[in-house]
Amino acid sequence: MSYVLEFEKPILELEKKVAEMKALAGTLELDEQIADLERRIEELRAEIYSKLTRWQRVQIARHPERPYTLDYLAHSFDEFIELHGDRCFRDDPAIVGGLARIGEFTVVAVGHQKGRDTKSNLYRNFGMPNPEGYRKAARLFRLAEKFGRPVVTFLDTPGAFPGIEAEERGQAEAIARNLFIMAQLRVPIVVVIIGEGASGGALGIGVGDRIVMLENAWYSVIAPESCSSILWRSWEYKEQAAEALQLCATDLERHGIIDRVVPEPVGGAHRDPQTMFATMRHILLEELSGLSSVPPEELVKRRHEKFARMGVWEELSVEQ
Amino acid sequence: MPWFQRKTKNIQETSPREMPDGLWTKCDRCGEIIYKKQLEEHAYTCPKCNYHFRIGTAQYVKLLFDDGTFVETDTHIRSADPLEFVDTKPYTERLRDAYRRFGPSDALTIGYGSIGGQRISFGCMNFAFIGGSMGSVVGEKFVRAVRRSLQEHVPLVVISASGGARMQEAAFSLMQMAKTSAALTELSDAGLPYISVLTDPTTGGVSASYAMLGDIILAEPGALIGFAGPRVIEQTIRKKLPEGFQSAEFQLEHGFVDMIVHRKELRPTIIRLLRLLT
Repeated sequence: MSYVLEFEKPILELEKKVAEMKALAGTLELDEQIADLERRIEELRAEIYSKLTRWQRVQIARHPERPYTLDYLAHSFDEFIELHGDRCFRDDPAIVGGLARIGEFTVVAVGHQKGRDTKSNLYRNFGMPNPEGYRKAARLFRLAEKFGRPVVTFLDTPGAFPGIEAEERGQAEAIARNLFIMAQLRVPIVVVIIGEGASGGALGIGVGDRIVMLENAWYSVIAPESCSSILWRSWEYKEQAAEALQLCATDLERHGIIDRVVPEPVGGAHRDPQTMFATMRHILLEELSGLSSVPPEELVKRRHEKFARMGVWEELSVEQ
Repeated sequence: MPWFQRKTKNIQETSPREMPDGLWTKCDRCGEIIYKKQLEEHAYTCPKCNYHFRIGTAQYVKLLFDDGTFVETDTHIRSADPLEFVDTKPYTERLRDAYRRFGPSDALTIGYGSIGGQRISFGCMNFAFIGGSMGSVVGEKFVRAVRRSLQEHVPLVVISASGGARMQEAAFSLMQMAKTSAALTELSDAGLPYISVLTDPTTGGVSASYAMLGDIILAEPGALIGFAGPRVIEQTIRKKLPEGFQSAEFQLEHGFVDMIVHRKELRPTIIRLLRLLT
């Protein structure tokens, strides 16, 4: 493992020790001690991961080895053909999409895409879409509707790109239009939050019938650091901001904003991607089956009711 | 005793805001001193440089509606604090303060009335109320304004002024973008017009949802309109933004608003548009 999070360091220490002992194992009788240490590593990992703070989960969601949209499309699906371009301006590599097959379903899949290293991150703009990314998604959603295929979207973005050109080409309009299109789309939409779900940039492909979220993903109106800088006027309060925002999967399930929490392997999706891909396949097949027999009118009606319910307010008994 | 240790107060500073009786005001842009009566006659715009002062819902209602026809509704819906959000101050305290200072309408006033004899469902955002931020109450009231349009089969006119989503309601406020946009699809299906008026400023979650979804989008001259705020963009790209970036004029040039309308022309323009559309 090349990238270690701060809170994982005690585990790494023990793992180093085991590696050293294994190197000596030929000359000394250490088998029992090694087994003992390995047990302790597992216990420690289980303990650390059973009580993660919200900020620690944000860090896992951003782990550079975490599976991204194209990884799921390659491993949880049976087939994927990528389609490019918004037919208007250019192709945005920060949002990928195309036709995909999973079990008995052919779907239109769309997701944010981050890069793995500096070069690919520059190409993908760190997963921050420009308006043409949202318009490519819109074009693919219409394609799905035309051919009666369900839509699956994967959310994983630090936000829509705040740049000059993005504003010139109407970032706000592009996101707003997608919310509108997704709300009235006459095919099932399954939304999966796989990493970072930052604000309008995430929601821009995130309106659906079923919203599922990986255990260590985060989803909120703002990233904890930005929230800290605005409300506390300092970047230092990101931990408090993460707590206050209640941006984790279990929080959002409790508040009725997402429908289902998807468990990750112990240590996060990146520690055991194969298990994660299998889980994703299983969950998607279940969710798609659940929606496949709902008539389009009913689907759209239920989707509207779902979002109309969202929010918490008080109604005073007498109008004042 | 030396003069700099003098105990009695000497010359006092008076800001233009504190002028006697508040009869005069100073233009924020050109510095022109304007007689308040004159400012009112000019629909709160500077007679010299055309600067549009930020005004509240009461003034917009007076400017737009046929006299005495506007009725505000749903003032009994109040923001809750579902996350028990505390930053430097508890959210409940911020709310109490805002309701005390700016009244019960939260960041969006809704209601109905007549404009040029045409009945409309109406919404107007209150920027003074926590930056016109959209939380659950704004989302719910917007949806209720849409429902009134649907029930009475009348057009919807909404005036936006907002810094974006209300952070203290976190994911709940984010979902209001989807909630309001979904409601607008029903208005669209019913073939009812929705006129969106963008005023200074309209950014963030409001611009990226209902503000940009008007069948017709009007903007006031000079209004700041965009997705990301100018400061965030400058921090990201580490460049100074060009003059006039994200202004209403910039949005017109790039094709995101239909027309820029001087505030004095807002009422006649809306009346004409509604006559042509209904």
